[in-house]
Amino acid sequence: MKPPPFHYHAPRTEAEALALLAELAPEEGRILAGGQSLVPAMALRVARPSHLIDINGLPGLDRLEVGDGQLRVGPLVRHAMIRRESVPGPLGALLDKVRGHIAHLPIRTRGTVCGSLANADPASEWCLVAATLGGAMLARSMRGDRMIAAEDFFQGFMTTALEPDELLAGLHLPVLPEGTRWGFHEFSRRAGDYAQAASLAVLEMRAGTIAAARIGIGAVEDRPRRLPEAEALLTNRAPTADLLRQAAAEARATLLPTDDDPTRPALAETVIRRALADAAGIELP
Amino acid sequence: MDGLSPRPGEDAPALAAGPGRVVGRPVTRIEDLPLVRGEGLFAADVNFPRQLHMRVVRAEIAHGRIVSVDAEAARAMPGVVAVWTAADVADIPLIPFRATKVRGLEPYCQPVLARDRVRYVGEPVAVVFADDAYRAEDAAETVMVELEELPVVLDAAAPPGEFAPGHDTEPTVVRKEYGDIDAAFRSAHAVVELELSVGRHSGVPLETRGAIARYDAAHDVLELHGTAKKQHWNRDEIARLLGRPPQGVHLFEGHVGGGFGVRGELYPEDLLVCAAALRLRRPVKWIEDRREHLVATNHSRQQSHRIRAAVDAEGRLLGIDDAFFHDQGAYVRTHGARVADLAAGMLPGPYRLPAYRVAGHFRLTNKTPAATYRAPGRYETTFVRERLMDAIAARLGIDPVEIRRRNLVAAAEMPHARPLDALGTDVVLDSGDYEGLLDKALARFGWDAMQQELAARRAAGECVGAGLAFFVEKSGLGPSDGVRVTVDATGAVEVVSGAASVGQGVETALAQICAEALGVDYSRIRVVRGRTDRIEFGNGAHASRVTVMSGSATWQAALAVREMALECAAQLLQLSPAELTIREGVVTRADGLAGPSLTLAEIARGRGPNSPAMRGQTPGLTAERWFWSDHMAYPYGVHLAQIRIDAGTGGVTVERYLVANDIGRAINPMLVEGQIVGGLAQGLGGALLEEFRYDPSGQPLSTTLADYLIPTIAEMPEVDVLIAEDAPSPLNPLGVKGAGEGGTNGAGACIASAVDDALRRPGAITSLPVLPAHLRALLTEAP
Repeated sequence: MKPPPFHYHAPRTEAEALALLAELAPEEGRILAGGQSLVPAMALRVARPSHLIDINGLPGLDRLEVGDGQLRVGPLVRHAMIRRESVPGPLGALLDKVRGHIAHLPIRTRGTVCGSLANADPASEWCLVAATLGGAMLARSMRGDRMIAAEDFFQGFMTTALEPDELLAGLHLPVLPEGTRWGFHEFSRRAGDYAQAASLAVLEMRAGTIAAARIGIGAVEDRPRRLPEAEALLTNRAPTADLLRQAAAEARATLLPTDDDPTRPALAETVIRRALADAAGIELP
Repeated sequence: MDGLSPRPGEDAPALAAGPGRVVGRPVTRIEDLPLVRGEGLFAADVNFPRQLHMRVVRAEIAHGRIVSVDAEAARAMPGVVAVWTAADVADIPLIPFRATKVRGLEPYCQPVLARDRVRYVGEPVAVVFADDAYRAEDAAETVMVELEELPVVLDAAAPPGEFAPGHDTEPTVVRKEYGDIDAAFRSAHAVVELELSVGRHSGVPLETRGAIARYDAAHDVLELHGTAKKQHWNRDEIARLLGRPPQGVHLFEGHVGGGFGVRGELYPEDLLVCAAALRLRRPVKWIEDRREHLVATNHSRQQSHRIRAAVDAEGRLLGIDDAFFHDQGAYVRTHGARVADLAAGMLPGPYRLPAYRVAGHFRLTNKTPAATYRAPGRYETTFVRERLMDAIAARLGIDPVEIRRRNLVAAAEMPHARPLDALGTDVVLDSGDYEGLLDKALARFGWDAMQQELAARRAAGECVGAGLAFFVEKSGLGPSDGVRVTVDATGAVEVVSGAASVGQGVETALAQICAEALGVDYSRIRVVRGRTDRIEFGNGAHASRVTVMSGSATWQAALAVREMALECAAQLLQLSPAELTIREGVVTRADGLAGPSLTLAEIARGRGPNSPAMRGQTPGLTAERWFWSDHMAYPYGVHLAQIRIDAGTGGVTVERYLVANDIGRAINPMLVEGQIVGGLAQGLGGALLEEFRYDPSGQPLSTTLADYLIPTIAEMPEVDVLIAEDAPSPLNPLGVKGAGEGGTNGAGACIASAVDDALRRPGAITSLPVLPAHLRALLTEAP
């Protein structure tokens, strides 16, 4: 479990990093951020980049900023830096809860949010958050910047819309208005393991009815995604236990799990139902 | 020296019930200082100048004929010193196994490098030696192994296949029988029959294996470092296989980051580094990586049983008839058929069983070879036997606790001889009050009150349950172990043992025993273990034997030194030895009256080789004693669990757990509790998490710790440990029984019982591990 030989680059500016990436991308040059997925994959010789461009020394990439109704997460923001105070209101509480489900403290201290997004593991919690909340990814290269919406960004199992010469320069998440209700639930074999099913539900309430619903599912299909049929079912209805059950069952029927475990849809239904129940403040087993 | 027998005087220490001055007390460990200071010496910490690094090229398919191995490219890589294939080590014989009564296994032993076939993914095919571990791994990647695929055998219960021409994959069937089994079934009120299986899992120590060999040409000694568990046997075999006298080979043990049965056996890599150090005349270091560990180090446990019991109308056992298939993996390793033999010999456990018949089919498959893992053969058969007891209870409508009560061997029946053998010794349950411990455990757990609480929670919709499992362990495997206790001229005490330490606290336990007998401070005693250059023989650390065997030898040797010191002092002080005692290393009057005294240092100096008084005698304040044992000591206990199943996810939460374990006498209750809780973690791993899985072609699917799930602190329940000392062993002077395996033994059985109870479906669980997907499926089926 020693990686094969590779060249290591430690650029001092973002421009230098982008230039190196443009030059080395054809030779399988890769960005090294937190390294919590890439480095073990290299040790297992599953990933064999010939060049690593280490951005950890670059100044200013670890910013978490709120403005214009958005939370902007820089490429060196570590999982552990995401806290309730990072962003006011329901989004801060939501991200705080999700962070606690990511691996273990040493990994959270080193691994980055953008690294998880670029890695695009179907079970990644941040990918589920980006997909459910309608996040956007800032892709940056020598050719310029572009924003990629989450539904376009995640393209399949550990596959994204990033071009080889592009650095994932940030995640933008819409700040949730006060009063937004949310629930997150996942099931994993052990604390900190990748989820076998994870769901995030976000409800905008108006006068006792659900004005808008976002429901996401992760770790079941080849990428995280929203569940439009269930969302439609909830919209403009008052949340009741029966309605939430019905929505979770509806969602289950639309799933195409990637593994052959016949009980996976039932597990997905459970986490969706529980995420919805938490969001609605209703007790449901 | 020779005239001194361990005959305690009236003031000499005798181990009555209850704690002594040091023995029986939870004193802190003497081995911890270097560990907490980061000064430990694990295998990877061992380095020698000019050392080479070995990398193993391993088979990538499960069964194939070797067409060719092309290492030319690897030999040309930078830093590479040598690459060996089977032809280069053709003179090294197959790796042997320790003798048992089972015959016919020799052709199934493993060569150090695969010869004409590979038989499991991970089998060593070639080795690269380079000046750097990275370069060695780079070069190993370029070794081209051409294989012609052969059919794989992955199910030990399927019809045998071919191991090699003329040898099928069933080398032997372990058979044991007593009583009139056919009559038992003819006269039965009911016959209960089950098919049960235990998954493939094993000890996965945090420290992987490692081996560092060095040839010291100046002294003509081959040294092997990073060893564990069984140094003397390994020394003798390495010497034999490499054609050297045993005196010219020495093994050294540093710290060991977990043994659990799998570390310290003689593996191909151990012999390869030794052979390379001799031939290449440079030290050779090999450190196993985690992916290698999960395919190369011994697996364990995998068995399937077809068992039936004949019972009378009250649920009393009349006979048990079991046929099981033991999945040995690709080769016979150093344990031979030991696990299958132990399974067959230990299956009856704590119950009165008039007739018994077992046939253990010892089968080879195209998977990693298997051997012992903490509670070998007992974890499996406790699961099988206790499932059977639960099934009998369900069939006859008898409470699961009551069915066990009716069948437990009674205290009055001890010692209880069974016409059976295990590990080559007759099974004689040496002592025990099984029902007494069951009562204590139920009371401590609050079993009856808990049942009401669980009923209320079930009524509120929760899926909760409780289970129990009774187990009998075995410990203190003989035949012998020797210990030399010496007081030097400064008064320092050294205990030289043939035991080994896999981290369990051997030094502390032996120091406590020595201190108790000799009257010195335990924390200043030096305990030597795990090295062949300080003591000629030793049987190592396995089978929960150290405290029983080396502990008893330590007790006897320390008493002999005590007697020697008192005799010397008595002459000098003109008192009788009976009037003297030793306190804090000083010989004084036993009655506490003032008077002259002598330190052990003064006595040791008086017995020095230059002392005129020693003329004609063997000098030194020292004694060596050997403890012999023909029979094992049998600890026993009960596991009790309360669990909750999340009906939506199939996840199991163990809410509360009790292990009650009678080990005769606890030398250090803190160490015993640590053994039990740590052992339980591994038992729960096998019950709920851990499984080596393979795809249909024999590719291993559990090759990282993200796929092979060991329990972490977050998965561990609140554990209560009840250490009982009701039944000291009559077989040794300390009354001790081993404490290393009871925490593991009953865990699979207990969890299965509790899950059944939570599901309200007796007999639902027929295999381990109990996985969430399986529970989800059970929960969605109509009951």
